[in-house]
Amino acid sequence: MANYVGQRLKRTEDPRLIKGLAHYVDDIRLPDTLHVAFVRSVYAHARITSIDTSEALKAPGVVAVYTGKDVAKVGPVPCASALPGLKVPDYRVLAQGKVYFVGQPIAAVVARDAYAARDALDLVMVDYDDLPAVVDVEAAAKGGPVIYEHFGDNIAYKLTAGEGDVDAALAASDHVLKQRIVHQRLAPIAMEGRGVLARYFPGEEELTVWSSTQIPHLLRTQLALMIGIPENKLRVITPEVGGGFGSKLNVYAEEALLGWISMQLAKPVKWIEGRRENIQGTIHGRGQVGYIEIGCKNDGTITGLRYNVFADLGAYLQLLTPAIPTLTGLMLSGSYKIPAIQINVTGCFTNKMSTDAYRGAGRPEATYVVERAMDLVAAELGIDPAEVRRKNFPAANEFPFHTATGLDYDSGNYEAALNKAQAILGYADLREQQKKARAEGRLLGIGVSTYVEICALGPSQAMPAGGWESATVRIEPTGKVTVLTGASPHGQGQETSFAQIAADELGVNLNDVTVIHGDTGIVQYGIGTFGSRATAVGGTAVFIAIQKLKEKANKIAAYILKADEASLSFAGGRFSRATAATTGTSEPVVPVGEAPAGALPEPETEGKSSLTIQEVALAAHIARELPPDTEPGLSATYFFEPKNFTFPFGTHLVVVEIDRETGDMKFLRYVAVDDCGKVINPMLVDGQLHGGIVQSLGQALFEEVVYDDQGQLVTGSLMDYALPRASHIPWLELDRTETPSPVNPLGVKGVGEAGTIGATPAIVGAIVDALSPLGVKHLDMPVKPETIWRILNA
Amino acid sequence: MTIAISMSVNGVTHQHEVEPRLLLVHYLRDVLGLTGTHIGCETSLCGACTTMVDGQAVKSCTMLAVQADGAEVTTIEGLMKNGELHPMQEGFWERHGLQCGYCTPGMIMAASQIIDRNANPSREEIRHGLEGNLCRCTGYQHIVEAVEYAAKASSQK
Repeated sequence: MANYVGQRLKRTEDPRLIKGLAHYVDDIRLPDTLHVAFVRSVYAHARITSIDTSEALKAPGVVAVYTGKDVAKVGPVPCASALPGLKVPDYRVLAQGKVYFVGQPIAAVVARDAYAARDALDLVMVDYDDLPAVVDVEAAAKGGPVIYEHFGDNIAYKLTAGEGDVDAALAASDHVLKQRIVHQRLAPIAMEGRGVLARYFPGEEELTVWSSTQIPHLLRTQLALMIGIPENKLRVITPEVGGGFGSKLNVYAEEALLGWISMQLAKPVKWIEGRRENIQGTIHGRGQVGYIEIGCKNDGTITGLRYNVFADLGAYLQLLTPAIPTLTGLMLSGSYKIPAIQINVTGCFTNKMSTDAYRGAGRPEATYVVERAMDLVAAELGIDPAEVRRKNFPAANEFPFHTATGLDYDSGNYEAALNKAQAILGYADLREQQKKARAEGRLLGIGVSTYVEICALGPSQAMPAGGWESATVRIEPTGKVTVLTGASPHGQGQETSFAQIAADELGVNLNDVTVIHGDTGIVQYGIGTFGSRATAVGGTAVFIAIQKLKEKANKIAAYILKADEASLSFAGGRFSRATAATTGTSEPVVPVGEAPAGALPEPETEGKSSLTIQEVALAAHIARELPPDTEPGLSATYFFEPKNFTFPFGTHLVVVEIDRETGDMKFLRYVAVDDCGKVINPMLVDGQLHGGIVQSLGQALFEEVVYDDQGQLVTGSLMDYALPRASHIPWLELDRTETPSPVNPLGVKGVGEAGTIGATPAIVGAIVDALSPLGVKHLDMPVKPETIWRILNA
Repeated sequence: MTIAISMSVNGVTHQHEVEPRLLLVHYLRDVLGLTGTHIGCETSLCGACTTMVDGQAVKSCTMLAVQADGAEVTTIEGLMKNGELHPMQEGFWERHGLQCGYCTPGMIMAASQIIDRNANPSREEIRHGLEGNLCRCTGYQHIVEAVEYAAKASSQK
């Protein structure tokens, strides 16, 4: 076998990207394309008294203007979560009578070019009667103005989960600590915003929608229902996608509208989201305010945990909006043995954009809660925060480990990761240095986070619309390998990592494998890329499809070689009668550019003792020498249903120093030891971790979506919404442990969200630790320079 | 009203009548079809649209096409020479300096100016030089390594 798996290979998708030759939605040019721009609500909550489109319709280049009454037959924006008692507002694609958040689409202007469409926006006259806005999530839960009168209140659902008697556990504790915790709203800010191009052919009655999405197949199904077109007449293509982070794991009004408009006008129509629209109208993440109660014994043993949380859902429910806090509940045990856990969720409507899945999706909240709670326990008891954590870890031989949140963690060795991180950092020495620094009046802090996360989403039982993933692997007559995956990578590099898996398993060259994704016209139904699932679920589907393909190839090879099927061995891409130790890789039978055009060559099979898998593929297509009752061709499809989630884990340690005079905070070290199971490509894993950690750093220090009391979006551009830049970031010292997952044959766990989940509490913990001589026990994010300065100058 | 402009883009001279309000980035993308230059924020904060105008890295989303009249413009598509990758393109590939790739053309243009000005920049200087460019995927560390790789490769050429 070749051994591509485990190597730091350069990505095969990169050449087109670094040359500027890749195609994102806006780079696809179709003749006669019309451009769409949206009139959006400037109020958070208002009744629309009139809309006058007459002037806009007269503007140069304008072809059509649509408002709510025109699209009454287009189905609502869907929510796929079905929680008991959930109230679901009717989310129409253009506002009908009322608007509920700043940025809600009211009218669509269609024009010959994007400039003309934008000009005409100002000519659409909308009259509003302003209504009181509901902004604060805790206030929304308590009463005051009600957003949806027919619901009676602003509470979309209440949910209680967990195992064990938390009241009894807390009553029997030596200490019970309480803390209010804020997870501020974040904007995912993929560098490419959303974008849609739609083209309807009235003759063929076929609609093609290009959309920057993470879920092409799920989107196709939902759009077919919304627009009212047969699903088999609708093709969704996701070209290059410029980042998602969960914000494109959704179905948006604009996607349905573009499809519908193209059907009305029988022309291609395009809409490219501006950054201002992106911050207003693409889902936000986080948005929880919660209250922790944690009990412990004097020796640091945790006895019980309760978390009462108010989830700020926004005005409408997008695809997974209400489900996100349930993931928080699932992960409240963290990496610890906690006998009794309870979460009480109150999901509330507010006059803001919906929250939904943003990198980590409910799990960063859980990790932050548990890790902050562990720090509070450590501070209360005067025990080192790393030791409190160590004391409560399940041991490596206690896996699968059942939690009081109802999960079974697949595998883990939490102490090994902690030990390794501490060794890299020189933890004990640093604590000594810290003592000296404090004696000198310096503010040095060390933050600790020992996280676990839930990945490889997931078993279908736990998912709203299937948690499996699909793959088709085929060897073409010329010997090239095609992999069709239902996953939909958008930067994660699976064109490379899946090719590594396939090339190893087939014994072929990496360059002979092409991975195709994101086109419902080509790829079998799939679920998509989110929840750190693509490799653990989608990669496994590729692996198992190849085993199926090899079974068939083995049968054909045995027939041609006149050998017993069970007697053949497969190595180096070659089926052999002897158990020869073949190494290397097999080559295509028909090398590209070298063979003359015309009929395929006959595979040379006569008198051979071995055949390459590519010779078998050729024989399978020519089909003159096949065992009886064997289908010609050489391809296999597999839909992999995982039996459990996977649970990656790790330790992040952060060292910071704060300048007493200025409040300036500097990172001195950042050490992360992560365990994502078996690693396919270490370079890609490092990249995922770097990116995740830095998004987490953004939440800890800078990022916050702010609405004012009237529900106006204050952080509506990148001028106001602060993102981490290159100069903000410390050098990240990464290492890993490798505990394979038993859930899939690859042993992989997933790594897309680990950094985002593990880092936030370590960074905030380090700052709190630095300021602890001043009596600081907790700080809310984002911990801005102003926050620190005020503490130092209180 | 339109204005006649003439500019050299990647070594080819183009002449067009354009609206005075047409942004340079839209001229490059929509008139010339050079879609490698991306738009990420429209407010010159993210740097995705960075191109070279008369040798200076410029955010083409906040420059008018008419302002570039008579200029020599290089976009990401013009960076390769004789079919070979520019050292910065090589660096980004070698060091995994990109994931989704959307910020990459602007990042490569800005980064190549860093090493044009300073053949051997420190990591701090590289980070400072990239402050005008946002990347949401990589966390910047591999980008810093990519620039170091390119600086080394350029000095050996």
